[in-house]
Amino acid sequence: MKALILALATAALIAAGPAAHAVQPEEVLPDPKMEERAREISKELRCLVCQNQSIDDSNAPLARDLRVIVRERLKAGDSNDQVMGYVTDRYGDYVLLKPPFKATTLLLWVGPFVLFAGGAVAVALYLRRRQGPGGTDTAPLTDDERRRLEALLGKDGV
Amino acid sequence: MRRLFYILPLLLFVIVGAAFYYGFQRDPREIPSVLIDKPVPEFALPPLPGRDKGLASADLKGDVQLVNVFASWCIPCKAEHPIITRLAREGGIPVRAINHKDKPADALAWLKTNGDPYASIGADADGRVSIDWGVYGVPETFLIDRQGRIRYKHVGPLTPDVVQDRILPLVKELRKG
Repeated sequence: MKALILALATAALIAAGPAAHAVQPEEVLPDPKMEERAREISKELRCLVCQNQSIDDSNAPLARDLRVIVRERLKAGDSNDQVMGYVTDRYGDYVLLKPPFKATTLLLWVGPFVLFAGGAVAVALYLRRRQGPGGTDTAPLTDDERRRLEALLGKDGV
Repeated sequence: MRRLFYILPLLLFVIVGAAFYYGFQRDPREIPSVLIDKPVPEFALPPLPGRDKGLASADLKGDVQLVNVFASWCIPCKAEHPIITRLAREGGIPVRAINHKDKPADALAWLKTNGDPYASIGADADGRVSIDWGVYGVPETFLIDRQGRIRYKHVGPLTPDVVQDRILPLVKELRKG
């Protein structure tokens, strides 16, 4: 019982704790609004060492340095875009977790829609062909065919 | 028209296959540098204590040179060091260095043990200049042309293959032009 309470209390403590991120107390800016912007920017920037984490999440030393630089640029009066530009000037678009929309990334952004449109056209063509020009699936039976069918069904006594 | 439909899956397979074939040959950890063909960043680094030459942008003009980013705590740096040494001493290519986020005493001791082939070394204690160079993992090596532009970057320890296939041919070409 004691163990259970202890386990529950620990779980509650963990759940109540701050969300996991790597920002250290000494990095935090005094101005909460600016800190908010810094966090926003940091979440969009890829940590180059771990690559699948943002610099906001990563404990790598380079991520820390970049977080500090982001805050320094903001303090110097840069806009969010200018801060992003500062980092991409050095590390390229690769650091952006959201790829920008431009000529080299056109396929990435438009590709799925093109594929979807292509699929839709293919399906539409297929359906139209299956339906046939008259709107029904098959031509109606001729008199001769009907007579033969009746004869066959009648012979079986169904 | 009909026949095209039958070929389509095969065609798709070839395209996807080719994309994977080339895609998997690339190292996903290698990040293309945006600084290629651009002038080296403006910087001036102090020398290690007790030495008189640091490293600044102005030092990188006039001759084809290599800039090696190293640290005493970096194991691959030690692995590539003999190759760098040979390039500098026998290859006749000046190699300068950025000592990345290192304790000066450690760096000096490391150079004493492993040898110092560098024409000059700038001490980048806080790693800021390295960030300006787009460094994300030591060792990194940059090839600079006569005009002081970055022409090639290698991330990770230099290997004989990289030197033979990439660096030496490029140096030859850059020295001609």
